[in-house]
Amino acid sequence: MRLRSRRTEDYEEWQRYVAERARTTRSPALKRFYDTALPAPDTAIAEVPLMSLDIETTGLNPQRDAIVSIGLVPFTSRRIHLARRRYWIIHPECALNSRSVTLHHITHADIEQAPHFSAILPELLDAMSGYLPVVHYRAIERSFLDRAVTDALGEPFAFPTIDTMAIEAQRYRSSLWARWRGRLGRSPVSIRLHDSRVRYHLPYYQAHHALVDALATAELLQAQIATHFRPDTPVRTFCT
Amino acid sequence: MEAELLEIRQHMGRFTPFDRIPDDLLDAVVEQVEVSYFRAGSDIFELDQPIDHLGYVRSGAVELYSRSGNLYDRLGEGGIFGHFSLARGKRVRFSARAIEDSLIYFIPRAQFKALCEADSHFADFVELGRPRLEAAVEAQRKNNEMMVTRIRKLVTHPPLRIESTASVQEAARRITEAHASAALIVDRSSFDSRFTYIDPDGDPWRVLGIITDSDFRVRVVAKGLSPDTPVGEVTGDRFVSIQSDESVQEAILCMLRNGVHHLPVMHRRQPLGIVHLSSIIRYETKSSVYLVDSIYSRTDVAGLAALMPEVKSTVVRMIEDDADSRMIGSALSTIGRSITRRLLELAEQELGPPPVPYCFMVMGSMARDEQSLVSDQDNALVLSDDFNRTEHDAYFLALAQYVSDGLAACGYTYCKGDIMATNQRWRQPLAVWKGYFRSWIDRPTPEALLHSSVFFDLDSVYGDNRLVEALQDLIAEKAPKNELFLAAMARNALGRTPPLGFFRGFVMEKDGQQNNTINLKRRGLAPMTDLIRIHALACGSRAQNSFARLDDIGQSQLLGPGVEAKLRAAMEFLAISRCRHQVLDLEQGREPDNRVEPDNVPDAERHNLKDAFQVLSNAQKFLKFRYPLPERTA
Repeated sequence: MRLRSRRTEDYEEWQRYVAERARTTRSPALKRFYDTALPAPDTAIAEVPLMSLDIETTGLNPQRDAIVSIGLVPFTSRRIHLARRRYWIIHPECALNSRSVTLHHITHADIEQAPHFSAILPELLDAMSGYLPVVHYRAIERSFLDRAVTDALGEPFAFPTIDTMAIEAQRYRSSLWARWRGRLGRSPVSIRLHDSRVRYHLPYYQAHHALVDALATAELLQAQIATHFRPDTPVRTFCT
Repeated sequence: MEAELLEIRQHMGRFTPFDRIPDDLLDAVVEQVEVSYFRAGSDIFELDQPIDHLGYVRSGAVELYSRSGNLYDRLGEGGIFGHFSLARGKRVRFSARAIEDSLIYFIPRAQFKALCEADSHFADFVELGRPRLEAAVEAQRKNNEMMVTRIRKLVTHPPLRIESTASVQEAARRITEAHASAALIVDRSSFDSRFTYIDPDGDPWRVLGIITDSDFRVRVVAKGLSPDTPVGEVTGDRFVSIQSDESVQEAILCMLRNGVHHLPVMHRRQPLGIVHLSSIIRYETKSSVYLVDSIYSRTDVAGLAALMPEVKSTVVRMIEDDADSRMIGSALSTIGRSITRRLLELAEQELGPPPVPYCFMVMGSMARDEQSLVSDQDNALVLSDDFNRTEHDAYFLALAQYVSDGLAACGYTYCKGDIMATNQRWRQPLAVWKGYFRSWIDRPTPEALLHSSVFFDLDSVYGDNRLVEALQDLIAEKAPKNELFLAAMARNALGRTPPLGFFRGFVMEKDGQQNNTINLKRRGLAPMTDLIRIHALACGSRAQNSFARLDDIGQSQLLGPGVEAKLRAAMEFLAISRCRHQVLDLEQGREPDNRVEPDNVPDAERHNLKDAFQVLSNAQKFLKFRYPLPERTA
């Protein structure tokens, strides 16, 4: 299968990158993160400690916009450990416009007292260490965190993830069925977080809170694993 | 609380038992929730696996199975599972499987224990405290003790207050404008006075007295006083009032003792309102006592039938006042008996005195004092042994016909099985009746008893009650000794079984089928009454009422410890539940019936009904074992 071999290559590439960064980084926190960033490629997904990650930002452009909150929820394919969740509100490096305020329910007053990203970065990296990050749409989380870490430490920050949106895209966009659907002129199915959850009969959650979305993403991955995979499916199959 | 937890908290707060626990406890639980997704068909808890969490269905549906593999329950959104196992041990006792794609919240054992310790409602619900059905019935009973109506219930609005310096004319004008017939006379007071109360604006006042319509005649006009006389000068020197938590009964006595028609109702020193004698009378006329009294003053069938709407409103009011099923059943039976008695009096007036003594006998719910708003008539005539068919029967047929038609006119429908005194078979002298009962008891077959078991709830309503007592004696004497009879009765009692419970808008059957409605009489009350009757017969009880029978059964130690209390709670819950649903039918403009639609069953009641069904089901199993059918007739 073409896809599987590509994933395997992806995984090997990530293993090389992570090992390299662990060796060369000047930041102890980054080193701790990279040291434990990837399990062995054949590890069963049920055995992998996962960390659902969601950030809320002032906008979509990582060059112009900034992170305002980060939510982390540790989990496995069996259990989501909500009690060990982490959540930070962050003072953005750019002005908070009124649109994003209404979107996140984070107010100027919340922001006033919030720490800057660089202040919480060691805590954030510690919390993520030992877990494989899980996101819905990796482009946003990766690009904003890369930008913020680069600003804080002068080093880039790339990391492997399991992307629940990519899993949906692969199932519902690039499958034979999806291509037939496309040829018949039907619009492609939505792979946004909420719409994806509906396909697995997951309940509706009020979106746009980093922790709610992180929880929602963790539940979605559990549902995807239960529906499309097996507990012993190797982790490399998921990783991008 | 953070938004993502709010999401969980709000959901849990909507469902029993979490809807009743205090906020801070709920917060502490939500903090520790774990989450897991289960695909349709996958196991959540397997039998005998160690258990450390309570399960909560956030979305989807879950089925529970007992060790023998039978369906035990089907849960939808908000349902909890695992509490029996958590409460009693460390291993799963009922396996759980998702039957739809489900999201489950798990509450760790420590939080579960903390909840049980901190909140008695929760402990009762998961049966770590008392069995939850008994707890629910107990809570109901406590309400009941409050049932003596407090006089404050009759206060509809705050009293009109007039300052003592106002003129009598001014006072008369303001009383007229307020469409009142009395006002309190007050004056400004100092804060420290013993008689001071503080009004909503924070000002101190003192109540000097009351002025009523008649005072203007007696104290003002008759004495020729000027309209400018300050009202404070004409109020009486005696101020009669009553505290708001006194009973209506006490208020009536207070009015009689003091010769007043207006009674100010006070909460300590604060006046709440003025109650007039007429509103007390209006209130009292809705009570069953008043109703029974007016039954005896009716002079024809039409007059009796005209009272039936009041019967309905009496029941509605009793339900509103949290009366228990026994009070309601007894009130309705008393009304039914009184109507029957009155019809017999009217019939005798028309037909002349009876040629030989007789007793009018009722069976079924009226005999048990357990009538509901939906009743048919089961009655019979037990005649003196001096009865001579050719000479006397025409009279008794006419009598039976008069009563039966009269009852039908009052809404007690004719018995479909023709168990009525109009049927010659059930209009017989005592000797024949004794023969009937002897043959039912001595030569029972389930088939023969199927249609005659209704005769084992029997009571006299009118006439020479010794005739019916003779039959009750015969039953109490013979039944306990006859195993075959008890076994045949028991077999009939197993014909109707309860469902498992509810699931979403459906009634869940034990085989997993779902129905739209449940007949609470056929599937609950009737089989419950049947099995109580059998135990009562077995222990020689002469009681007819199910709760009175349970008292006798409890004395006899026929059942295991605690079983009688469980049966009592289940019986009470089934009965009160049917009654509430009949009142709901009335309120929604439908003809009351025995059917219950699951959508009309609130969450807490669902759990209690399910428990009652379970008690009934277990008791039926015991019945089979306790009164086995001997081999030779099986």
